[in-house]
Amino acid sequence: MTGYALRRVGQAILVLWAAYTLTFFAVFLLPSDAAEIMAAGSDSTNSVDPATLAEFRARYGLDQPLHLQYLRALGGVFRGDLGTSIHTGRPVARMLGEAIGPTVTLAALGMLVGVLLGAALAVAITLVPRRGPRHLLATVPAVGISVPTFCVGLVLLQVVSFQWGLLPAFGSSGFESLVLPVLALSLPVAALIAQLLSKSIEAERSAEYADIALAKGLSRLRVHLAHVVRNALLPAFTMAGLLAGELFGGSIVVETVFSRAGLGRVALSAVQARDLPVILGVVTVGACVFIVVNLAVDLLYPLLDPRIAVAR
Amino acid sequence: MRVTASRPGQRRRPSTLARAGVGLAAAATLLVACSSGDGAASSSASDTPRRGGALKIGVAGDPGCLDPQQNGNASSINISRQVVDSLTDLDPQTGATAPWLATSWTVNPDATQFTFTLRDGVTFSDGSPLTAEVVKKNFDTVVTLGAATSLVTGYLAGYQGTTALDAHTVRVDFKQPNAGFLQATSVVQLGILSAGTVAKSAAERCQAGNLVGTGPFVLESYTANQSALLNRRAGYAWPSEVSRHRDEAYLDSVEFDIVSEASVRTGALQSGQLDAVTDVQPDDEASFGSGGFSLLARANPGVVNTLFPKPTSAFAADPVIRKAIQTGLDRSQLTAVLSGSYQPATSVLAKTTPGYKDEQPALKSDPAAAGKLLDDAGWAKGGDGIRAKDGRRLSLDVVFISSVVTNQSVLAVVQQQLKDLGIELKLRPLAVADYLKAAQDPTVNFTFGNFTRPDLDILRSAFSSAAATSPKLTDDALEQLYVRARSTADATARAAIGAEIQDRLIAGAYAIPVYELSQVAAHSGAVRGLRFESSSRLVFYDTWLDR
Repeated sequence: MTGYALRRVGQAILVLWAAYTLTFFAVFLLPSDAAEIMAAGSDSTNSVDPATLAEFRARYGLDQPLHLQYLRALGGVFRGDLGTSIHTGRPVARMLGEAIGPTVTLAALGMLVGVLLGAALAVAITLVPRRGPRHLLATVPAVGISVPTFCVGLVLLQVVSFQWGLLPAFGSSGFESLVLPVLALSLPVAALIAQLLSKSIEAERSAEYADIALAKGLSRLRVHLAHVVRNALLPAFTMAGLLAGELFGGSIVVETVFSRAGLGRVALSAVQARDLPVILGVVTVGACVFIVVNLAVDLLYPLLDPRIAVAR
Repeated sequence: MRVTASRPGQRRRPSTLARAGVGLAAAATLLVACSSGDGAASSSASDTPRRGGALKIGVAGDPGCLDPQQNGNASSINISRQVVDSLTDLDPQTGATAPWLATSWTVNPDATQFTFTLRDGVTFSDGSPLTAEVVKKNFDTVVTLGAATSLVTGYLAGYQGTTALDAHTVRVDFKQPNAGFLQATSVVQLGILSAGTVAKSAAERCQAGNLVGTGPFVLESYTANQSALLNRRAGYAWPSEVSRHRDEAYLDSVEFDIVSEASVRTGALQSGQLDAVTDVQPDDEASFGSGGFSLLARANPGVVNTLFPKPTSAFAADPVIRKAIQTGLDRSQLTAVLSGSYQPATSVLAKTTPGYKDEQPALKSDPAAAGKLLDDAGWAKGGDGIRAKDGRRLSLDVVFISSVVTNQSVLAVVQQQLKDLGIELKLRPLAVADYLKAAQDPTVNFTFGNFTRPDLDILRSAFSSAAATSPKLTDDALEQLYVRARSTADATARAAIGAEIQDRLIAGAYAIPVYELSQVAAHSGAVRGLRFESSSRLVFYDTWLDR
């Protein structure tokens, strides 16, 4: 068990380092840098005198050789210092600290609602006895997957907020402001889970143990819910782990459409402003979340399937 | 006039019947409002400003840094303009300079020395008084902060120093003439911040708590990507002469909500969740034409959206080609793709710029003459309709910022008009970062954009090779005019020089002006007295709520 845990932690550090390094160098492949954009006035086309620009770059260490900049930034991370945002002048750690709460709330609720909706839909699909209606219902997840999140968000806003006036269209204060964003974020998750789970339920249902349970006189519903669905959960569960990353990306869209504060908005404006310290901070946090969620999924496997032992 | 349907506070079951009822009620309200004969009486009663109330406005971008001396983005300026006063103000109608924190000023004839007398009894929101020393610290620091304030240092070009002659008199000296400086003291970028703010580092000055001015509002809070809240400043009594009243602001507070999606801003205003919005997209303008909503539009002063030819490029450096484009364009056709809030260019400068000269005769469209110019120069139409000479196709490219929606639709019309002339124009819409890079590429033929500043000096900074960071198309006569404009303090004489510069820029096709960019805001019927200042930024000081 300890060996396994140590190996996992080692892997996690490697993944973190790789994500950080790749992002660092990828930003330098993009045209322009933070100094140029900031000096030009963030949203205008002014050209800036090269001497001024050089001075600006020097202030943020952007004039140093790439490998030195990289080592300095990486050194900062080990000391727990994520640096200062070039665009806003604020410490990156504080910016992320403020933004992570709303995003985690949004993503966690989105995941919860998505999984519940998806599971309910999958069970419903597989319980429908007649073929025609079942096939019709089975197309719902495919539709759900193919409609983009921003589209769902805008339609929800148009109807629920603008026409009915039931919920606020923007802001991140209070429960009311969470309903529509969570719904928009959870729909693709629900669709994916439903598709996967219903397929896996179909597969499990034709397994021998299901027939045996039926032959022993258990009711069809009992067999379905207590035996088949439980066994079918495993692949869907793995998928949910992978979806953590998906939700992180989805939150950028949802936070923009619903004008919520959060990591997604921070990431978006940082990329637009080529604000390297902030971009690196967001990527590091994102990678951490991804690693932790996947670790949690791995550790929870044995609870679902006793055949999987953690210490091999 | 106000339609009360769908306020967020109301909790209604979304039944079709209920919605139909609300629709009927709204229609009835409108009918009553439109048909009632006492419109004049009620409007005169409601023309008396009412105090109190909280106004919510949706803005497009996150301000990021709130220091007006460092950050030029529109959201940041719209917020800081309410908090920070300037030495002078510019009347948006007449273009005349009006007293604000300075009650009077003198400029020496060659525009190297500016002396301001400060108003008595002005305090910053932290309690400290406005003194000559604070003004000196502001200007001195803008220059030493240097890079971070690159936009602003242009206003202070040739800055020698500021002297506090006594507690309320301050003199600013320049090593070289800088006639544009008087106007520059009116913009928020040279607004006067408290001594405490000025003493801080560039990064610290960006933070919300450090935005301390003498303005009619005080910044209460700012949450990144979320909102900024301004509260009325108690005891404010020093508005500019341009303002309509003299004491505290009418509104208790102004909340800037950052709503980046244009359609969400529109919907939120229509459903009563916001009182006003900025950056109304051309497609959404029609929806504010009725229902008690009003549009507020003003062209950005300064250089209009212009095709800037690059002297290093293959085709734009050729005067024949440039002049053919200048006369070949039919700018009046652009109204077909522009909403009423935007106008085709009638000069290099927008009509809202003091010193603007109407150049419509010189910009008159004449495609036949343009075609003849090209024919005479040996550019013959090929099989694909595009002209060629010595095996070179007449194909030009233009780079522009894609986030300005009107750029794309206007340039598509320009592209079509040039195609009829036998000139191919390739459109390259780019994000800001990519644009900045592409604009430095010497082979690019045209950059396309505007420069906002309500002063003639913008012509020099946009077109003079002496002021530019990249090569510009210019000639000796123009360069001499720029120098003369800069060293002429007398407004009338300066305007005459400015007119000559506009003539020459257009005649030589050093600039191919296309259309005037506008700031477009919309507000509900309850919002009164909201206006744009001379740089086309919103001012909330005279604003009140009629509800």
